[in-house]
Amino acid sequence: MTEPNDKSRRGFLGAAAVGAAGLGVAAIAPGLHLIEVSQASAPSQGASSKVRWGMLIDTTKCASGCDACVKACNTENGINEVLKDPRQASQWIRKIDLKDPKSGIAHSLPMMCQHCEHPPCVDVCPTGASMKRADGIVLVDRHTCIGCRYCMLACPYKARSFVHMTLTEQNPEVPRGQGCVESCTFCVQRVDKGQIPACVEACANAEHNAMLFGDLNDLNSAIAQRVAQVKTTQVRADLKLNVGVRYQGI
Amino acid sequence: MMIQQQTKTDDGAFYFALAVGGLISAIGVAAALYMEIMGHQVSGMNNQVFWGLPHVFGIFLIVAASGVLNVASIGSVFGKKAYKPRGPLSGLLAIVLLAAGLAIIMLDLGRADRVIIAATHVNLTSVFGWNMILYPVFFGLVGLYVWTLMDRSKNQYSKTVGTAAFIWRLVMTTGTGSIFGFIIARQAYQSAILAPMFIILSFAWGLAIFLIVQEIMYARSKMELHPQLRARMKNLLGVFIGAVLYFVAVYHLTNVYYAKQFEFTHFILVSGGIFPLLFWGGFVLLGSVVPLLLLYAPGFNENKGSVTAASYLTIAGGLFLLFVFIIGGQAYPLDMFPGMQVTSSFFDGKVDSYTPSLPEILLSVGGFAIAFTMTLVGVRVLRFMPQDDVAKLQSAGYLHD
Amino acid sequence: MVRLLALMAFLIMGAVASLAAHAAGVPKPVIKIENPGQCIAATEDMRVNHMNMLGHQRDRSLRQGIRGEKANLNGCINCHASKTTGSVIGKDGFCESCHTYTAVKVDCWQCHQPKAGYKAAGIKP
Ligand code: SF4
Ligand code: SF4
Repeated sequence: MTEPNDKSRRGFLGAAAVGAAGLGVAAIAPGLHLIEVSQASAPSQGASSKVRWGMLIDTTKCASGCDACVKACNTENGINEVLKDPRQASQWIRKIDLKDPKSGIAHSLPMMCQHCEHPPCVDVCPTGASMKRADGIVLVDRHTCIGCRYCMLACPYKARSFVHMTLTEQNPEVPRGQGCVESCTFCVQRVDKGQIPACVEACANAEHNAMLFGDLNDLNSAIAQRVAQVKTTQVRADLKLNVGVRYQGI
Repeated sequence: MMIQQQTKTDDGAFYFALAVGGLISAIGVAAALYMEIMGHQVSGMNNQVFWGLPHVFGIFLIVAASGVLNVASIGSVFGKKAYKPRGPLSGLLAIVLLAAGLAIIMLDLGRADRVIIAATHVNLTSVFGWNMILYPVFFGLVGLYVWTLMDRSKNQYSKTVGTAAFIWRLVMTTGTGSIFGFIIARQAYQSAILAPMFIILSFAWGLAIFLIVQEIMYARSKMELHPQLRARMKNLLGVFIGAVLYFVAVYHLTNVYYAKQFEFTHFILVSGGIFPLLFWGGFVLLGSVVPLLLLYAPGFNENKGSVTAASYLTIAGGLFLLFVFIIGGQAYPLDMFPGMQVTSSFFDGKVDSYTPSLPEILLSVGGFAIAFTMTLVGVRVLRFMPQDDVAKLQSAGYLHD
Repeated sequence: MVRLLALMAFLIMGAVASLAAHAAGVPKPVIKIENPGQCIAATEDMRVNHMNMLGHQRDRSLRQGIRGEKANLNGCINCHASKTTGSVIGKDGFCESCHTYTAVKVDCWQCHQPKAGYKAAGIKP
C-alpha cells in the first residue's frame, strides 16, 4: 500500500471516530469490512452554514451578444435537448438585454436562479423537493419532485424550467430528467470540489471577467470585499428575498 | 302526506349515459398517460405558461366542490327547511367534484407516477401542502355528513357534522384561493382579496352545478320541481352571480389603486388580446349579464329552461374567468426591471401566448366526464333525489320566505 | 392510509409479477462482473441493501452536500458498466437484467446517466 493511501485511511478512520464520538452516529455499518474501508477516502464534510455562496455580476463588463456563460452552462450541465417549441426548452442561465427608454442607456446581464436566502420556490413546494442547502445553494431534489410547477409560479426571476421530454444525454454528475423542474445549481458538483461555476470560468476565459463567485460570509473573499465597496443591486429587492446573486452597474 | 315519489328511470338510458361518461373519462385518462409518456412537449404548455387548461378545469371543479355543499349547509346549518331534502345530493356532488378536480390536477403532474409522494412528504409552509391535508379531511367530513343525513337514526348529528363540514369547506376554498394569493412574484396574484373572492366564486359555481343536476334528475324521473322552490333557488343564484361580479370588480380596482398594478390590469382588461375578450365577452357578458337577464327579466324568469340555461352560462363564465386569471397571469411578463425595456432569448419582457393541445383538452373534458359518471352511479345506487313534502313546506310558510 | 394502500398494492403486484415470472420460466439474470475486484461490501450485503445504501447516501449528498461516500451511484456505474455498451442498463445490463428478473421498477435512469464516464455535449441555445 502506498503512502497517500495510508494517509487517507488514517484520515478516514480519524473522521469516522470523530463522527461516531461527536454525533453518536454508527460510522461502520453491519457487513462492512474494515479492509474495504481502507480503500475509500474520507467523504467530504458537506455544506456548511458558515458559508454563503454568492455571485457578483458587473454589468458594465458584460458584453451584449456574448453568451459564453450560457454555452458553458449548457455543456457543463448537459442541457442539449432540442424542442420543437423553444419556449419549452430548459434555460438555467440566460442573457437579458435592458434598455432604459428615457436615457437610452443599455445593459446586458446574465440571469439565473438568484439563490434566495428566503426562496419562495422552497416555501411553496408541496413535497419539500425544492430545498436550500446550508451554504445557501437552492436545489431541486428530483427524487421527490412531482412536477407540479408551483415553484415556477412562485419564482420572481423565471429561473426555473420544466423538462418537457425524455432525456438520455445527461452528464453523470448532473442528473436531470423529464417531468421534474430544474434550475441553476451554482454548478454544485464543481463547487463541492472546490471549483467555481462553469459560467464564471467561461466569462473569465472570454476575458470579460464580469462574474465573480465566492463566499459572501467570508470577509476576506474577493466577492465580500467588492460587495462592501461598490454599490450593488438585488433584482426585485422589494421582495426582500436577500438573493445570493448581486448586480453592479444597473 | 304528499311526498313526491321517485320513479325508476329506464335502464337503457342509464346504461347509455354511463357508457358515454365512462368512455369520455377513459379517453381523458389515456390522454394524460400519453402526455406522461411523451412528456409535456405534446401539450401547449411551456416554460412561461406552465399551468394550462387542465389547471383551469381542475381548479374550477375543486372550487365548485366546496360551493355545491352550500345547499346542504343552508338546510342543516342555517335551518332552511326547503334545502334540507337537498342535503344528500349536495354532499354527493361535493365529493364527486373534488375527486374529479383533483384527478385532473394529479394526472397533469410531470411525475404523476409518484403522486404518492405528495401525501408522504408534506411541506407545511406550502399552500399545496396544506391542501394535501384539507382535501382528504373534506372527503371524510362530507361523507360523514351525508351519512348523518341519510340514516335517520343518525339525523340528530347532522347539524354538528354539517357545521364542521361548512367551516372546513370555507377553509378549503380559502386554501385554494391562497394557492395564488401567496404568490408575491406575479402581478396577477399577490392580492389578499383572492381568498374571499374564491369563496364567492365557489358559491355561484357550486349552486349552478347543483341546479343543473337537480333539473336533470327531476326530468328523468318525470317529476316537477315546485315552482316556488325553483324561484327561491333562482334568486339565490342571482345573488351569487351579482356577488361574483362585485368581487371581481373589487379585485381589479384594488389592483389598480392600491397595488399599482396598473399595467397588468390594463393588459387583462384592455390591451391583452384574447384575455380582455374572454373577460368581457366570456365572463362578464355571457357568464354574468346574460344569466342575470335570464333569471330576472320578465318573460324569462318563470321559465325552468331559463334557470337551467343561466346555470350553464354561469359555469361557462367561471371557466372563462379562471382562464383569464390563470393563463393571463402567466402570459403577462414578470416585471424584474421596472421601467426598462427587456429582451432575452428566454422571452423576458414578452407577452406569451398559450394554445391548449388536444391531449390537454381531452384530459380537461375527461375530468368533467369523471364527475358526471360518478354522479350518475351515485344517484343510481342510493336515494339522493331531493323529495319535497310540498304540503308541509307550504303550511309552514317555507315556500314564501 | 394512502401509504398502506400503496404498500398493499405494491406487495400484491410484486407477488403476482414474480409468480408470473417463475411460471413463465424467465431466464435467470445475467450478472457479469466485468471489472473483477472488490466491491464496497460483500455480495450478500449488496444484494439485500444496495437500495438502502444508495437511498441514504443520495439524500446526504444532495441535501447536505456530503460527497465521496463509498456507496454512490456513479461509483456503481463506473465499475459495473458493460464493456460493450458502456452502460448498466439495456438487456444484459448489470442493473437492468436483475431488476427485470425481480420485476422491481426503478426510475433512476429517468434522470441519471447509466453510462460510465459519459460526456454530454451542450448546444447553442
Ligand atoms: S431565484 Fe427562483 S428558483 Fe432561485 S431560489 Fe429564488 S425563487 Fe427559487
Ligand atoms: S415542481 Fe417539483 S420542485 Fe417545483 S414545487 Fe412542484 S414538486 Fe416542488
